[in-house]
Amino acid sequence: MPGSFLNLVLRNAWQHRLRSGLTVLGMIVAILAFGLLGTVVDAWYAGADGAAANRLIVRSSISLVFPLPQTYKERIRAVDGVRDLSWANWFGGIYKEPKNFFAQFAVDGESYFRLYPEFVVGEGAMRDFLRDRKGCVVGRKLAETHGLRVGDTLTLKGTIYPGSWDFVIRAIYDGARKGTDQSQMFFHWAYLNETVKARMPGRANNVGVFIAEVDSADRVATVSRAIDREFANSRAETLTETEKAFALGFIAMTEAIVVAIRIVSYLVIFIIMAVMANTMAMTARERTAEYATLRALGFPPGFVAALICGESLLLAGVGGLAGIVLTFPVAAAFAARMGTLFPVFNVSGATVLLQAGSALVVGVVAALLPMRRVARLSIVDGLRAVA
Amino acid sequence: MSSPEVLVRLREVRKSYRRGAQVVPVLTGIGFDIAAGEFLALMGPSGSGKSTLLNLIAGIDRPDSGELVVAGEDIAALDEAALADWRARNIGFIFQFYNLMPVLNSRENVELPLLLTGLSGRERRQRAEFALAMVGLADRMDHTPNELSGGQQQRVAIARALVTDPTLIVADEPTGDLDRESAGDVLKLLQRLNREAGKTIVMVTHDQRAAEAAHAIMHLEKGELFVREELKQG
Repeated sequence: MPGSFLNLVLRNAWQHRLRSGLTVLGMIVAILAFGLLGTVVDAWYAGADGAAANRLIVRSSISLVFPLPQTYKERIRAVDGVRDLSWANWFGGIYKEPKNFFAQFAVDGESYFRLYPEFVVGEGAMRDFLRDRKGCVVGRKLAETHGLRVGDTLTLKGTIYPGSWDFVIRAIYDGARKGTDQSQMFFHWAYLNETVKARMPGRANNVGVFIAEVDSADRVATVSRAIDREFANSRAETLTETEKAFALGFIAMTEAIVVAIRIVSYLVIFIIMAVMANTMAMTARERTAEYATLRALGFPPGFVAALICGESLLLAGVGGLAGIVLTFPVAAAFAARMGTLFPVFNVSGATVLLQAGSALVVGVVAALLPMRRVARLSIVDGLRAVA
Repeated sequence: MSSPEVLVRLREVRKSYRRGAQVVPVLTGIGFDIAAGEFLALMGPSGSGKSTLLNLIAGIDRPDSGELVVAGEDIAALDEAALADWRARNIGFIFQFYNLMPVLNSRENVELPLLLTGLSGRERRQRAEFALAMVGLADRMDHTPNELSGGQQQRVAIARALVTDPTLIVADEPTGDLDRESAGDVLKLLQRLNREAGKTIVMVTHDQRAAEAAHAIMHLEKGELFVREELKQG
């Protein structure tokens, strides 16, 4: 019986090839779009997801655009619970054209890479970077996007720090995890500071943020309060938060876009659900006499309802599966086209699960009304549908 | 000499339909018996209630009141599931428009009612092939309905009706959609099933020539039994 049931479901689905084909195509597009939009949202949150639980970001309490004196470093390091410390400045340079956007940070090389073990640099390359005042480290994805190699000169046009800035690529870092951002560039804070001191003395000896590593993730709240207390009522008060909260703060600024993307992705599913429901309603209406015949022959209403549900699930399943499979190459092509705009653009397991779940829901929901109608169908009325 | 076994017994059977707020009586207290092995034709003008009567006997509709015993079962008292099971075991259906599954071939269509039995796939296949051979379609097993003529489709439907070896075969205008030659073949087949396999057949028809293939013709008018005419040639 199960084999014959599946045979009937398959044959029914194949009966109207054009209609079934178009429905499956619609399903593929919907599930693919749903997956891609979900991946875009994931990419938005990639920075927050990759944050370490025991790293704190210390910044100006007024705004991130206001720097903190570099002299704070000793006082922060002295706070109980702070195990290690580093600092960074957002550089904001343009590489050839504004569209080639990527993040650039002036960092204290030695401590920064100690605090961020997810940026993996070979020992020799790190030595070369630390030795070269104008040296820089770039991510693997950034290097591949722009064809950069070790030894190349990378020239940036400063926006926050005006002028032309030349760097020599001394190392290319890889990500320790799949989700590690490999599209950043790091260079020596000392080089930035010396140059700024020469060109704009008033802006020297400042840092954008301090990064403090806490000895235990359980103590981050206590330590962050202690740091902020340390600088209360000073000329540059601090706001200390976890790295994740810091990243989420950035995302919050663009939350409306994320919400819009999410709404569009669910709308896509809702539309395909309506299309599928229409297909199944048409199919069931056309087969009314067949269903009535099956009932007359002694098949229970549940069998006939299962035929409809099976056909709906088959169409949704085939479309959903193809949509999921296609998500991977399309996402890869999309990420390549976007360059370093989305530093991390991976189709997550959760996205695939959501795609599969959506296909299942579409299949079941689309069949509900026709199933209900057939279950209530009077055999006599159904048989009259042909006569 | 013992009287023949009664297979269908109707007493004071009433049935009406609702058309909006209006109640339209179709059968108004009909009662008669059909003996096992009989080939009975039901005739009457449109709206006389002959198809309704056939549907009640076949268990695909229920009477409002009255007694309806078929194959020893008071089918009016059965619930939906039990009635479906009863139909699967006792009734073979032949419809005017054949009602075959268009996506299945002849053998699969004939095999369909056997899915409700505990038979293995091989046994189902053998039985379906035997039934198709009986109706002269051994060479059309792999053909789908749209590859067959109307007469051939109706013969597939007859094979489907007899494959479960039912107690009773009900046929609603089995020749209504066929040309004269195909209709003649179908009627001969029904006669053979009745004569050689001993199948009880109740057939609704408008066609006097078709009705004359039966043992007896029962004429209905306005929901009542008008007259029963015995035929020699059935």
